[in-house]
Amino acid sequence: MFKSTLAWIDQRFPLTHFIKNDLADYPTPRNLSYWWNFGSLAGLVLVMQLVTGIFLAMHYKPDIATAFDSIQHIMRDVNYGWLLRYMHSTGASAFFAVIYIHMARTLYHGSYRAPRELLWWTGQGLLLLLMATAFMGYLLPWGQMSYWGAAVITNLFRATPFFGEQVVVWLRGDFQVGDATLTRFYALHFLFPFIIVGAVMIHLIALHTVKSSNPRGIELKPKDNIPFHPYYTIKDMLGVAVYLVVFSAFVFFVPNTLIEAANNIPANPMQTPAHIVPEWYFLPFYAILRSVPDLAGGVAAMGLSVLIFAAMPYLDRSRIPGGARYRPAYRFLFFIFLADMLVLGYVGAVPVTADTAIVGRVATEIYFLTFLLLPWISKKEEAYLIKRGLPPAVEEFLQNNANKKH
Amino acid sequence: MSSKDNVVNPERRNFLGKVTTVAGATGAAAACWPLVSSMNPSVDVLSNATTEVDLSHIPPGGMHTVAWQGKPVFILHRTEEEINRMKELSQIEPVADEKRVQQPQWLVVVGICTHLGCVPNRSENGWLCACHGSQYDDSGRVTHGPAPHNLDVPPYKFLSADRIVIG
Repeated sequence: MFKSTLAWIDQRFPLTHFIKNDLADYPTPRNLSYWWNFGSLAGLVLVMQLVTGIFLAMHYKPDIATAFDSIQHIMRDVNYGWLLRYMHSTGASAFFAVIYIHMARTLYHGSYRAPRELLWWTGQGLLLLLMATAFMGYLLPWGQMSYWGAAVITNLFRATPFFGEQVVVWLRGDFQVGDATLTRFYALHFLFPFIIVGAVMIHLIALHTVKSSNPRGIELKPKDNIPFHPYYTIKDMLGVAVYLVVFSAFVFFVPNTLIEAANNIPANPMQTPAHIVPEWYFLPFYAILRSVPDLAGGVAAMGLSVLIFAAMPYLDRSRIPGGARYRPAYRFLFFIFLADMLVLGYVGAVPVTADTAIVGRVATEIYFLTFLLLPWISKKEEAYLIKRGLPPAVEEFLQNNANKKH
Repeated sequence: MSSKDNVVNPERRNFLGKVTTVAGATGAAAACWPLVSSMNPSVDVLSNATTEVDLSHIPPGGMHTVAWQGKPVFILHRTEEEINRMKELSQIEPVADEKRVQQPQWLVVVGICTHLGCVPNRSENGWLCACHGSQYDDSGRVTHGPAPHNLDVPPYKFLSADRIVIG
């Protein structure tokens, strides 16, 4: 019965083919480290955000008169409403944490390099979608931080040439952040996750075309690949278990650490909080915005700081395959970049003083320099490594690449 | 996979695999419970589950409509004459009037037509549903279809001679 049903389906839809080629027997490098867990983990976080979000939407009211109170209603009256809300708010932070680690792994191991440029760019698109979704979701509780965060971010569009003011009013549907803004943010916050799901599909199709990269950075021979199931399903599930322990610790013990206290005060358009900060995941970019003493320049720098990742496949000029593992200069640059991100995060979190302004400016310059010096550094490093002598596998890889070109 | 590999003690491994699957599936199912539960009436809705009514304001022959769980409830202060008229049974769903009231002068019924849920209007000798023409007598019993049943009697009790709590 089962076999004949399956045969009936397979004649009409490649179900078995899909399960065999893209899930069960999908060839995966045998040497992946735990850093490769974060892609599928991000998928799980996305599903959890979608599910908790849809159930929250059943109780939330996108109207400035009732939005704040409806959150209190969810927290106090709705069965397990507190759990849904804390899972969703913690999940937003968790999503960024997982994605940032996923990106750091890609940068460290050079996974963005040919032939994975499109995979990297679809990921870049996903990051932008995630940022937009998180930003719009943050307005919905209609607290002080929600309101002023949305006011500041929509004001960034004043930097638009010629039509700045009109664009801002168009985005808000009002002369300040108001009822129209809240309702449209809610509509888009509901829509975007489904666009993300679609973009994830594209990301996965690209992945399954070029296959996973691996810590060695060279393409593996077929015998060095192993089937995804059961090896990586089990490995991914162990990662999920560890993730859920950390996630649950936040949800059940310290759910408010990631929610600004000022957001428990209803939005007041007449009074900005004394100290306004964005969510932690925007802090480095916010610091870059603040470090440029010019509206248009700051907005441009901030936009560029997010988009510049897309240029990585072209900024990295080295012919040596892979990322930081066998390339000391690239590794050095990677950790400089990571440290610089943390400094920028700190600068974004504290109030502006003369000192932090200088630190922020220097950190912003280092941020862009790590990218802009990469073409030169990667070429110098390549020359140095070739002069020092390469491992046979890398030598062979370079030889193959050279032969392909002839 | 395991059949192809050289596995030591395959039964043990299969057993562990099954136990893990069951534990995981149980956990996933348990995680769904808060989601299902969140769709049940919330605390503020449940707090509307009972309604207290002061009957002293309703004159004989007068009707008062109160909300109970968001539904209209008719409270009719019946006169002697109306009570006597209800002695005979209706035909569609014959129930004695005494069984539908706790005290004969007070009729308490849910004001929702048992046909398709409209709220009937007070008429000369009972209620008339404007939606599809169902008629009810002064005991809330259906006297003319299409309604299939008498108006529901909600659970209620007398707190004192002129106070009731519905629900």
